Amino acid sequence: MAAAIELSGITKRFPGVVANDQVNLTVEEGEIHAICGENGAGKSTLMKILYGMQLADSGTMKVHGREVRFVSPTEAIAAGIGMVHQHFMLADQLTVLENVILGAEPTKALGRINFEAARKHLREVGQAYGLTIDPEDLIEELEVGERQRVEIIKVLYRGAKILILDEPTAVLVPQEVEELFRNMRGLKEDGATILFIDHKLDEVLAIADTITVLRDGKTVATVKPHEVTAHDLAELMVGSELPTPETTESTVTDQVALDVDSVTVLDEEDRVLVDDVTFRIHRGEVVGIAGVEGNGQSELVDAILGTRLVHRGSIKLMGEDITVLPVRERRERGIGYIPQDRHREGLLLTAPLWENAALGHQTQEPFVNGIFIDRTGSKTRTEHIRKEFDVRTPNVDVHAHALSGGNQQKLIVGREMTAGPIVLLAAHPTRGIDVGAQGEVWDDIRLARSKGMATLLISADLDELIGLSDTIVVMLRGRLVATLDPAKVSPRELGAYMTGAKEGAA
Amino acid sequence: MSLPRRILLALAAPVVALVVALAMSSVVLILSGSNPLEAFGDMIGHASRLETMVDILNRATPLYIAAVAVAIGFRMNLFNIGVEGQYLLAALVAAHVGALVNLPGPLRIVFILLVAMAVGAAYSGFAGVLKVTRGINEVISTIMLTAIAISGLVAYLIREWQAGGAIQGGVARVGTTPIPQSGLIPNLNSVLEFFTREIGQGKQLTGVLVIAILVGIGYHVLVNRTRFGFDLRASGINPFAAQVGGVPAKRMVVSAMVLSGAVAGLVGMAEINQVGFFPANPIKGLGFTGIAVALLGRNHPAGIILAALIFAFLDVSSGVLQFTGAASREIVVIMQGVIILAAVVAYEVARRARERQEAKSAAEALGDVKPSEEAA
Repeated sequence: MAAAIELSGITKRFPGVVANDQVNLTVEEGEIHAICGENGAGKSTLMKILYGMQLADSGTMKVHGREVRFVSPTEAIAAGIGMVHQHFMLADQLTVLENVILGAEPTKALGRINFEAARKHLREVGQAYGLTIDPEDLIEELEVGERQRVEIIKVLYRGAKILILDEPTAVLVPQEVEELFRNMRGLKEDGATILFIDHKLDEVLAIADTITVLRDGKTVATVKPHEVTAHDLAELMVGSELPTPETTESTVTDQVALDVDSVTVLDEEDRVLVDDVTFRIHRGEVVGIAGVEGNGQSELVDAILGTRLVHRGSIKLMGEDITVLPVRERRERGIGYIPQDRHREGLLLTAPLWENAALGHQTQEPFVNGIFIDRTGSKTRTEHIRKEFDVRTPNVDVHAHALSGGNQQKLIVGREMTAGPIVLLAAHPTRGIDVGAQGEVWDDIRLARSKGMATLLISADLDELIGLSDTIVVMLRGRLVATLDPAKVSPRELGAYMTGAKEGAA
Repeated sequence: MSLPRRILLALAAPVVALVVALAMSSVVLILSGSNPLEAFGDMIGHASRLETMVDILNRATPLYIAAVAVAIGFRMNLFNIGVEGQYLLAALVAAHVGALVNLPGPLRIVFILLVAMAVGAAYSGFAGVLKVTRGINEVISTIMLTAIAISGLVAYLIREWQAGGAIQGGVARVGTTPIPQSGLIPNLNSVLEFFTREIGQGKQLTGVLVIAILVGIGYHVLVNRTRFGFDLRASGINPFAAQVGGVPAKRMVVSAMVLSGAVAGLVGMAEINQVGFFPANPIKGLGFTGIAVALLGRNHPAGIILAALIFAFLDVSSGVLQFTGAASREIVVIMQGVIILAAVVAYEVARRARERQEAKSAAEALGDVKPSEEAA
């Protein structure tokens, strides 16, 4: 029998980069095939080509033995290929059923939507693949894992037999990942072929039948999970020795840098987002906040940074109350910030790097001279950041959008570190950057920590959290529900606390 | 990307826009039975006369100031569509108060300018306050405030403050109390004549040109060189990043609107200083045209100069076309519209080309680095 998908010699060039270089990939019928690789290895481009979102410059593509050439996702869908994107594409205000049929609505006379037929078909699909979900639920009421299931059902509803899942586990907690894996196995038994992108290696080893590793746009290996260890895979991905996030000795001092006392934050409708949170960070200490996204972590960071009002409680920086100070004054007093979304909160994409390096510090030396921006000073400082933090760029005058994600992140980290903050708020500091850049960011945080910087770390990467933190607190529904010692906790246990399956002493 | 190449790319877009506009206007001219060569020939021939150049500069001066007012908002993603109302109201109040107050010449000039800026700033700043306190979009509030200003306040006040008039060019014009000659900005005829010849037909080169130049320099320095300008541009490029970077969002909105309005207040100075009072039938539309000029000039202090000159040239040419009968004068309105449309498209194409170029040169610069080294 012909393979479900056979790609050979796929090459795709973008200006200045070869995203895919002679990639070969064979996916057998009815298998779960994982694609591994660092960020920028070309995984997403390959999937986009397969799904008709991009055209390959050269190479051939066969689906079930027939040569195809997709110029749009519509054609890929017609050929039985469906894709679940990393970022869900669901309308929150619509029901599951409405979302599933969106764009493929069955109609009856006068163009009215035939909801009965849709509901029936949805039920059939659900039964065939063992996926259950109430079609009348509103998307906004669903958990992340359930939303993902809706995305998968959406694809199956359109008749896909080959599923592409783009980093499906990135948004899930460990327990949800297990649920997803159960579903994936069920889909496989019911005849589906699954191609998924992931770079969490233990997950890949647990679920995949075959693993293909991409590096630098090329296929470097196709292996079976029982033949390799996670460490082997990682080295295949990186092509060299691996960095680890482990911090060696404690540098915690007894001087309190940040004192958060009974802080409560409300949203516009007076719902409690952060509920009576109290903790302290000492100089030289990293406090990690574990929690499923949406449990108040980012609102807590906003409150400390000053972009969100504190309803009750107080925040002190080096003993001084900063609860009602504007953002600018807090930053001038030594609060650094690495935002979770660098494009949204960290960069001016259409401004030169040296202006980006000044952002957030534009009231301070060396970026300013009286009321004027000190262009020379700014550029010199940016050059310094570029060298110290290994930001790969031709010069400091290029616009920020020209840099790769890892280099943009290093610029942000460099900008915040060079300013010498007393407290660093680091939200997902290594999200979406490759292993190499990740190791550098960890090193930077560790170095600053040893010099007395206090860090509040928020991360979805539990290994990062355990490896870097001196103390871990778990946040659930706006509260701190547990304080844990990173030396004694496993990612699995942490996951249990994060979902409320396990309770501890706060 | 090298500097000459960058400049070339920056100039390519407006040039293409002009060529497209010329081509499309030619089609329209041919369809309407006129000879495009003849029409364009008349326009250029006319414009090459010194007197016409003075007309063009006089027209370009308020257009430039209006465009800078709009551009200040644009740099922060604020659309002050109400420059029209701001300048008319400001000019009226400034002319009236300036004529009544008793100040020696130069002081009176400064006083009138300050009043005009204050009125424009207050009127525009009000829209800014509405935005930050009540969440009202500035496009809605400024356009509505303009309607109130023009058909309400100005229409009412001009009747209240009307005081005689003057005969100018054989036409009787009525308006506010005339400002004493010493309180008017002197014309620049002597400066221009120093370089050229005597200007005929009683044409006067407006002294407000100097103010427009100062506004341009001030705009450039403020936006590109100061901390305030940095905050302004940062808020325009990415308001979220600006906010976490310590830029007080609300204060910036109000400041930008106040500043934009202050500059808008100066637009009417050209006419007041030429007429000597605020006329009952003032030149209208400069504020709206200013939006187009700012667009064409890419909010760039120098770009707006070119754009203002092009628009002024077209405005002035419409007269000559009617005079020579080579074509209908409405053709220039079509040309102005087509230029803007073509420019918007061309700028977007150029922007993408530049981004691609930059991404490519960034990637090329790193091409010598092996990924394995990167990971180490």
